[in-house]
Amino acid sequence: MTDPTANLLEIENLEVRFHGERTVHAINGLDLELKSGEVMTILGESGSGKSVTLKALLKLLPERRTAMSGSMTVGGIDVMALKGRALSDYRGKTVSMIFQEPALALDPVYTIGDQIAEAVMRHERVSKKDALARALDMLKRVRIPSPESRLKNYPHEMSGGMRQRAMIALALACKPDLLLADEPTTALDATVQIQVLLLLRELQKEFGMGIVFVTHDIGVAVEISDRIAVMYAGNIVEEGTVGEIIKDPRHPYTKGLLASNLHDADAGETLSSIPGSPPPLDVKPDHCSFAPRCAHAEERCLSALPPVFKPGPGRRVACILEEGRAPQRLGQRLPEPA
Amino acid sequence: MLAYTLQRLLYVIPVAFGVSVICFMLVHIAPGDPLTAVMPIDATAEQQAAMRAEYGFDKPLPVQFAIWFGNALQGDLGASIATGRSVSSEVSRAVGNTLILAFAASLIGFPLGIFFGFVAGIFKDTLIDRAVTAFAITGVSVPNYWLGIVLVVIFSVTLGWLPSTGAGPGGSTNWAWDFEHLRFIILPAVTLAVVPMGIVTRTVRALVGDILSQDFVGALRAKGLSQVGVLRHVVRNVTPTALSVVGLQLGYLLGGSILIETVFNWPGTGFLLSNAIFQRDLPLLQGTILVLALFFVFANLIVDLLQPLVDPRIKRG
Repeated sequence: MTDPTANLLEIENLEVRFHGERTVHAINGLDLELKSGEVMTILGESGSGKSVTLKALLKLLPERRTAMSGSMTVGGIDVMALKGRALSDYRGKTVSMIFQEPALALDPVYTIGDQIAEAVMRHERVSKKDALARALDMLKRVRIPSPESRLKNYPHEMSGGMRQRAMIALALACKPDLLLADEPTTALDATVQIQVLLLLRELQKEFGMGIVFVTHDIGVAVEISDRIAVMYAGNIVEEGTVGEIIKDPRHPYTKGLLASNLHDADAGETLSSIPGSPPPLDVKPDHCSFAPRCAHAEERCLSALPPVFKPGPGRRVACILEEGRAPQRLGQRLPEPA
Repeated sequence: MLAYTLQRLLYVIPVAFGVSVICFMLVHIAPGDPLTAVMPIDATAEQQAAMRAEYGFDKPLPVQFAIWFGNALQGDLGASIATGRSVSSEVSRAVGNTLILAFAASLIGFPLGIFFGFVAGIFKDTLIDRAVTAFAITGVSVPNYWLGIVLVVIFSVTLGWLPSTGAGPGGSTNWAWDFEHLRFIILPAVTLAVVPMGIVTRTVRALVGDILSQDFVGALRAKGLSQVGVLRHVVRNVTPTALSVVGLQLGYLLGGSILIETVFNWPGTGFLLSNAIFQRDLPLLQGTILVLALFFVFANLIVDLLQPLVDPRIKRG
């Protein structure tokens, strides 16, 4: 990773299929790239495959019931080929993860200090004493008050926000290149959410790692990220910088998501929502998954997968509506949103 | 921790008192006259009344209880009607033998139960799990006296490898930890261990399966722990509940088994109880039941005291 322009994370044509009582095509040909030090948010509603993508990156999906194909590389490591010792070396060291519900993601019968020290000792040849010293340092960095005594606390002795800070300390203890954050603020109170987001952003600058952040909350996505990828039915339908997505959404689904945001809504005003619900995904999509809910859908939307247009660097839209637009050239102004 | 310990110890007092009342009442509710066994068939009404008075059976029940309870507090459980020997010494000798048997059965049942439970829990819903579970259910379901008899038929009668009755060569009742005596304990201990093993297997399997399906296990893998590292966490999480189940089963083992001790002629409390029942030997019956019930109370006490040491979520205050 000496080349700063090189991608830290590259996902190409990822497909994840669960088989069991019924088959679910959770991820369908997903492409994603992330530069080191960049924060990317995957935005989407429940069931769109956001969390599955993160778990696939750590190979945490239940092996017996999951079929994966495509390619994933992190810092040049071929994730698909990892197994055994190499896989557990990679987990927590190269890529680590913070989870949605810190109360459930921490072991209830180990102290916070022990849980952080355990990760440090797993990846670095240090003594228990040094590992605990690192744990203390991490608790300080995530600004947990009276860190010395918190080190000896069990998870149930801490508040929700405190536990999530401890989880972040654990995830960053081995200085990972890539941090995966699976809705880390969803389970928290609104005021605590903001604090945790600000903390994550600061730590990201301090540690310089890349972050893939998953959320269904546009407000959170805007707050934390450099770029946003909008996910629907197991694939990315639109990607761009935060400004591009907010000011110039191109895909009808993105527009719908932005319109159904509660911000700026006046009392008594009818709230808009996207009609219908996401497809069941028991068969692999062979046409635009959003077409049944889309006001602009044409016949061909239902007969083939939509083409992916790339109107600018790092910008893509998977929708036929892009067809009529003139290819964007350098210096040309973006068209005003409709 | 000290307050918690004292509190638990204090709880024992009302429980033990309640247990004594129930022991006493139960025995008196049961039909049959305790003196028929020792009284001559042609005893006159006066002789019967005199005998009754001598044993104190003529007094009202509450008074009888008060006397018995008062003596019991001083360690005197009265004298056996059938043999005339002190109940305390009869019970303590039998308790020693039952403890030995329970200890042997624990050594077999608990480690195997915990091991099978872990294996089944880790390989949940596979062929291994199904085989282990079937084995455990069979162990719990088969009547253990029947199993005892089958084992005797196979290993004593047919193969002639192991003795079938008694606690030592030549009907010896003085236990010793040598090969000659150990041969006698194998069959009863195995028979006694089967039920607790099955119960512990099923409990531990359910616990392990439950822990492994929790979110934090995924988080442990995400920080790079190997399968062994994850299992260490599972063990720590399973221990508190497993401990309480083992404690209950230990109480069951200490209580002895009337049926198994009778099948194998093992001179323990169960054997003593069955004799006392058949001879309507009230003082012996009361004394034995009381001691066994107190064993149960103390087994639970020990578990309660150990639990906060292994589970930080239990308040120690």
